Amino acid sequence: MYWNQKYECLPPEELHQLQLERLKATVERAFFNVPHYRRAFQAEGLEPGDIRSLDDLRKLPFTTKDDLRENYPFGMFAVPMSEIVRIHSSSGTTGKPTVVGYTRRDIDVWAELMARALVCGGATRNDIIHNAYGYGLFTGGLGVHYGAERLGASVIPISGGNTKRQVMIMRDFGSTILTCTPSYALHIAEVMEEMGIDPAELKLRAGIFGAEPWSENMRREIERRLGISAVDIYGLSEVIGPGVAIECQEKNGLHIFGDHFLAEVIDPVTEKPLPPGEMGELVLTSLTKEALPVIRYRTRDVTALLPGDCPCGRTGVRIARITGRTDDMLIIRGVNVFPSQVESVLLEIGGTEPHYQLIVDREGSLDTLEVQVEVSESLFSDAVRRLEDLEHRLHQELESTLGLSVKVTLVEPKTIVRSEGKAKRVIDKRKF
Amino acid sequence: MKIKQLSVFLENKSGRLAAVTRLLASKGINIRALSIADTSDFGILRLIVNDPEAAYRALKEGGFTVSLTEVLGVEMPDRPGGLSSVLTHLEEAGINIEYLYAFLGKGENGALVILRVEDLDKAIEILSAKGVQLVKAEKVYAL
Ligand SMILES: [Zn+2]
Repeated sequence: MYWNQKYECLPPEELHQLQLERLKATVERAFFNVPHYRRAFQAEGLEPGDIRSLDDLRKLPFTTKDDLRENYPFGMFAVPMSEIVRIHSSSGTTGKPTVVGYTRRDIDVWAELMARALVCGGATRNDIIHNAYGYGLFTGGLGVHYGAERLGASVIPISGGNTKRQVMIMRDFGSTILTCTPSYALHIAEVMEEMGIDPAELKLRAGIFGAEPWSENMRREIERRLGISAVDIYGLSEVIGPGVAIECQEKNGLHIFGDHFLAEVIDPVTEKPLPPGEMGELVLTSLTKEALPVIRYRTRDVTALLPGDCPCGRTGVRIARITGRTDDMLIIRGVNVFPSQVESVLLEIGGTEPHYQLIVDREGSLDTLEVQVEVSESLFSDAVRRLEDLEHRLHQELESTLGLSVKVTLVEPKTIVRSEGKAKRVIDKRKF
Repeated sequence: MKIKQLSVFLENKSGRLAAVTRLLASKGINIRALSIADTSDFGILRLIVNDPEAAYRALKEGGFTVSLTEVLGVEMPDRPGGLSSVLTHLEEAGINIEYLYAFLGKGENGALVILRVEDLDKAIEILSAKGVQLVKAEKVYAL
């Protein structure tokens, strides 16, 4: 099922041609209308005419959240305020907020992207979409809302909060699709259980969850407790909001809508683009945005480009589920290590997500990495041989994934200190 | 025939075994047999107790990783070659023995040995056919 089969399944050569045309136009618009971009390009000795192929993207300087902050509030806009029809803003939990603007056409494109995303996630015009993303400056609520209306589904603009009322409305209105953050979906499941309502009594059949990183474990739990099928949606306000990428029914990575965005994954330290399969920082370039074009925007989200085609037929590049922030990255013996890489190995071998901790230390001039894994009931065996096997497999898999020698230690449950229920993932004992 | 054995994961550091025995004692649970298999990093404590279900709950609530497995108790005649004939029967039938350990006390007719095998039902069948004395679970818990 597609919303826009032509563009979602464009043959790769045609897609690349379209991307190049749109990239050139974006670069030109940014250069001539946004002082920040003009200065940044000129500092590299670049002019719009230097972009002749998609590979030339790599010549362009990155754009960071700090660039947006320094141009607070409207300095990055590429159109006069009279063309702006909507303003959103990120929460700004760390420093100044960032402000994003939309022209009428941007809002139109966003609605199109969200309609595609909803259909990709399993929605049809016959669905009743229970939209529990927050409405307001945050892009989640209105993003889903416009997409749902574009699709022709019935949208309930319930926003967040008052969960008991949410459950009541879900039951009485016959909501079929839930859109919210994955943690709020779990909260709804809990409240439903407290209220003694069996999800089987509801018409809910699918959920489209995003705006925060979540795991396969969480997906399984949400699917089981709400009796639905759950997919992951990705977006960020600086780029447009939700609708940049979404999982299809194959649930094997998120499709980027390639006619509107270019995706790269880079090594956050060397800033070199990484090949498919390697984890790094997602960098996005908008191809059609008028009000706020973003060029090589450093998202700080950790993912990997996925190789191979998806059976669903969409041709946009796929990214892996976002598993963390680049701020969590460790550099051990010159190798970039993301705690989420360890997590994915444990998940693969253990089946469930055990509690773990990375202990980084330095012996002489050499960094050491120890991975402590709590032996849960599902990992445990009464035979020494099996536990040694487990230790051995974890050791091999971690070393090959991280490209680093690792000591694996199996520890008793509750050994790893938790604060407010969350385990501290990394202890870095090195003194620099 | 099938005896419930508790297995507990322990880190190789002092005081962990004592923590288990203290916890069980506080719940009034008696240990009938015990063995520790360890490596340089960790150990597995195996226990036969008078009330396996209660011990399982107590250890789980106490934050230990614990599992219940079924094992066999075999009564060995007190004469040379008693154990080896039992092992030979199993070997001939192609049944792998994961591990075995001796019981603290004695049975009516000789030493008691706990056997953990891969295919429990088949082992029971073979040993019964060969006339080996298998000890009833209730008897072991009450010893
Ligand atoms: Zn797909």
